[in-house]
Amino acid sequence: MLSVPSVAIKLLKVVNMEYEVVIGLETHAELATITKLFCGCSTKFGAEPNTHVCPICLGMPGVLPVMSKKAFEYALKAAVALNCEINRFTNFDRKSYYYPDLPKNYQISQNYYNLGVDGYMNMSVNGSIKKVRIHNVHLEEEAGKLIHPEETGADYSLVDFNRAGVPLLEIVSYPDMRTVDEVESYMQTLRKILLYTEISDCKMQEGSLRFEASISLRKKGSEKLGNRVEIKNLNSMKSVIKAIEYEAIRQSELLDRGETIDRETRLWDEVGEKSQRMRSKEESQDYRYFPEPDLLPVMIDEKWLSEIKNSIPELPLDRKQRFVKTFNLSDYDAGVLIEEKVLADFFDECVKILDRPKAFCNWITNDLLREVKDRKLDINSLLIKPKQLASLVEIIEKGTISSTIAKEVFSEMVQTGNEPQKIIEGKGLAQISDEGLIESVIDKVIAGNPSVIEDYKKGKKNALAFLVGQVMKETKGKANPKMVNEMLIKKVGV
Amino acid sequence: MKIEKKDIEYIANLSRIELSNQEKETFIHQLSDILAYIDKLNQLNTQDIKPMAYSINTTNVLRDDKLEPPISREDALTNAPSTMGVFFKVPKVIE
Ligand SMILES: [Zn+2]
Repeated sequence: MLSVPSVAIKLLKVVNMEYEVVIGLETHAELATITKLFCGCSTKFGAEPNTHVCPICLGMPGVLPVMSKKAFEYALKAAVALNCEINRFTNFDRKSYYYPDLPKNYQISQNYYNLGVDGYMNMSVNGSIKKVRIHNVHLEEEAGKLIHPEETGADYSLVDFNRAGVPLLEIVSYPDMRTVDEVESYMQTLRKILLYTEISDCKMQEGSLRFEASISLRKKGSEKLGNRVEIKNLNSMKSVIKAIEYEAIRQSELLDRGETIDRETRLWDEVGEKSQRMRSKEESQDYRYFPEPDLLPVMIDEKWLSEIKNSIPELPLDRKQRFVKTFNLSDYDAGVLIEEKVLADFFDECVKILDRPKAFCNWITNDLLREVKDRKLDINSLLIKPKQLASLVEIIEKGTISSTIAKEVFSEMVQTGNEPQKIIEGKGLAQISDEGLIESVIDKVIAGNPSVIEDYKKGKKNALAFLVGQVMKETKGKANPKMVNEMLIKKVGV
Repeated sequence: MKIEKKDIEYIANLSRIELSNQEKETFIHQLSDILAYIDKLNQLNTQDIKPMAYSINTTNVLRDDKLEPPISREDALTNAPSTMGVFFKVPKVIE
């Protein structure tokens, strides 16, 4: 997770407090289908250039696109999850423009009847719930990839059409955000919704999740929105935050000098951490949208819509609130659990087996996550199963093993997927509760430490802890610490 | 609707085509004629008529998410005006 408070503070300091920063986000997510939107070519990332192509996605003359049902349903699912009104009649439109990554010279997108309109997303910002309205959710096709040669003075670019035609979901928010904390939460919450609904793999480093921001400033208390500036080429959530910070400062300085803000599109320069003008409103493009004649419209009936609604799992924020309410977890712990759907699922499975939410939460958020991090494990293919963790918690409660040994057993469970009981037996880790055995070790420790016994009798309290430690060391941590403690006190006398 | 020279120039620019002055004159007349012809529709009262973009009464033609073999890269590149190695080659795109 990315943390941004330092940036937030900086933004507040630098931007003249008379201004309110108004931010909207456009999100593009590549959908998790195995084929492209209008043809059977693979969407798999990282293939050899121009090998996942066919006449349809290369835009050759005379070919006909046919819409993927799965891609359409994924987009519909997103629209429902974002509380949109669903257009029961929806169609696709041609958006015409020339760019070498677009083989047909138009992109098939939606303009007149977007799949979903007027939705909203609730998100948690600094402990309270904030609602951001969603203007629309629609489906379109991805463009190809342009490669710009490194050599200086090169007068050409290269194109790889493997991504061309991959289904792309666009989510347009209203300009409802005012701070970078809200933007951060919006991005994280939306990403989690897309992951929970399994609509997109949301890998920003592979470009399957991308954001564009629009920013304007206005005098506090003013209703009228200022001229907005759109920022493109934001490759990470960190870039989004930095670009917004930069833009808010740039606009506030212009306004302070009495200048006006031009409505324009700017490109973020990741290395230089600044933006530069790409095009002004005057140069803005005329897309000439018109209904795509090669595709038929799609009607969504009640049955289909309710199937889609039923396929949506409990969403992250609802889940977090349930964890807090039902299991008394802290907001923080619940937040860590829902960060990854598999972890939240794991937790839910555990508490179904055994009603020890706090214990499971601790094991998952502390020990499991540490193991995952240290051993660089894939969180989606864990060997340890909820049932096994539940057994471990039961074993600890029975006093069969100490909590120190339990950590060792747990680590083994994560690495091998073995049952805790088997690990304990195999390694001889079971706790020693045999009185005679413990007594013999205590006697040995007392005999070997006469001066410590003297100290203890003189009232030095921590001498006892030392003796307990010695007994534990002799038994390799397996002696029942409670018994050791009680028996020692009895033996040495108060 | 009256078509003027600047309209022709705007459309030509959008279409990335270059027109001579004589061609512009020709197209002003031709496009004006076409629009005047289409304009006849405006004589009809269409107040209660829903816009129609599709002439056949079919919807929901969808395919399964099933892989189909791609074409070879060689075939993909063969008709391109310019290629370089495994890529299509285009004039430099200014970023
Ligand atoms: Zn294809």
